Amino acid sequence: MRSSRTRACEGALAIGQRNGDANAVADANRAIEAIWRIESARLIAGLARVIGDIGIAEELAQDALVAALEQWPAEGVPERPGAWLMGTAKHHAYDLIRRRKTLERKYEEIGRDVELAQEGIDFDAATDDDVGDDLLGLLFTACHPILSKDARVALTLRVLGGLTTEEIARAFLVPVSTIAQRIVRAKRTLTEAHVRFEVPNHDQRNSRTASVLEVIYLIFNEGYSPTGGQDWVRPALCEEALRLGRILAELAPTDPEVHGLVALMEIHASRLSARIGPSGEPILLLDQDRTHWDRLLIRRGLAALENAERLGGALGPYALQAAIGACHARAATAAETDWPRIVALYDGVAQLAPSPVVDLNRAVAVGMAFGPTAGLELVDALVDEPSLKSYHLLPAVRGDLLRKLGRFEEARAEFERAASLTDNVRERDLLQKRAAECTAERLSG
Amino acid sequence: MRVLIIAKEGIPGEAATPPTPEAMAAYQKFNEELVKAGVVLEAGRLQPSSQGKRVRFDGNKRTVIDGPFAETKELVAGYWLWQVRSMDEALEWLKRAPYDGGTFEVREVFAYEGM
Repeated sequence: MRSSRTRACEGALAIGQRNGDANAVADANRAIEAIWRIESARLIAGLARVIGDIGIAEELAQDALVAALEQWPAEGVPERPGAWLMGTAKHHAYDLIRRRKTLERKYEEIGRDVELAQEGIDFDAATDDDVGDDLLGLLFTACHPILSKDARVALTLRVLGGLTTEEIARAFLVPVSTIAQRIVRAKRTLTEAHVRFEVPNHDQRNSRTASVLEVIYLIFNEGYSPTGGQDWVRPALCEEALRLGRILAELAPTDPEVHGLVALMEIHASRLSARIGPSGEPILLLDQDRTHWDRLLIRRGLAALENAERLGGALGPYALQAAIGACHARAATAAETDWPRIVALYDGVAQLAPSPVVDLNRAVAVGMAFGPTAGLELVDALVDEPSLKSYHLLPAVRGDLLRKLGRFEEARAEFERAASLTDNVRERDLLQKRAAECTAERLSG
Repeated sequence: MRVLIIAKEGIPGEAATPPTPEAMAAYQKFNEELVKAGVVLEAGRLQPSSQGKRVRFDGNKRTVIDGPFAETKELVAGYWLWQVRSMDEALEWLKRAPYDGGTFEVREVFAYEGM
């Protein structure tokens, strides 16, 4: 093992030559962190394929990371760091299997390991295609429907995003111990349920893909419209979600909804910088300076939407929502928005994935296309909807429509109510500002 | 973060000799790996500077200068736009590129103005 490591370190970068220099160690640690981000998912996926358990695979990968942190600052980063990490993890895996084999009679459920040990495990047999399948298997396993949504999100960011528990906790504004527990429990649940590490077959493929897409979109939305906290947007989460979506689109290129979700995220992300003012305040879609929209992301989003369309069949809910985003993206000014088309697209979403939130969005579009009275009629029909009882955007939308109809006092009350329902500080400020504007408009009118 | 990778020419007669099929295959494999990792946003290879133009500004005056341009070391041969999490990640990816010569510059693109 020693000799193979030495060999792997041949041609190592110069970092180690300044051995003892604190800066050199810091450089090496930053390089290791970056390498970990690049390699960890493939490493965990490759190990999980052989071991059959992503919990153990992740621990083995972590052990390899620890070994790298110990050795690379002094010896230099190996020329092929991914191979080094895999080699190290492999040795740990053999040790583990050997140890487990001695416990064989005690724990029959780990027979798989023993079986593999007897067959002679070949970690190196993977081809490029296998690596793709391994990653896909990892994604499907981390997003297994047996796990709660929160658990799926945390595990996915951990094993596929290469994020630390601390980073995930920071992103979701929850204590580190909460995320750590979520991940531990998720791994245990998968082990206890004997969830196989694999890409699901045809029967299950669609429902399992839906679970993966849901997780990625949840991550994106927590970045795009944080449910709580001080920030109006958290771009880092959007970027993580986009990265996962882009990877998935490469791994599963024939699934139209994968491209639909990527299109939706690219188009929404194109507005991230326009969505926020100089002091962090929110700027809503119709008030945004469209020259600040990211043309590159729009172009990528439209291309992804075309991919979804080209793959045939009726558009799914994500692709339809992407098509709605595309309507906005194509309009040079807010006034040029094709609202009737947006209403028609929302009709499509409502048919495929009916939900009161979709109905509310559709009501906004109807209000823009056919006037505030028509919009308000639809919103009023949603007022008693139990699932929207504490949804702040219902009174916000209603306030907006009332304000357009000159019913300022009612509008003010709705904005106040909306402000009291959101946990996001920036959004609350915006809604209170709107309430104050209504008062001013009433007094001046 | 978004970074622009600028491939500097560094070779007199820029891109006069087309890359060998082996070099192309190695490059394609690397590029594919980057795309599969969700890193590449955009990429492009530039025509030689003999077909390029420069516009020099001097007060109100604009002068158009025809290529080729002499400072071969500073000439740009191609570019990548990458989405990465850190400059270190960009460097780790770039070090894996199958090139045996030339210089590549990595520059962070300003993003999310106002934040």
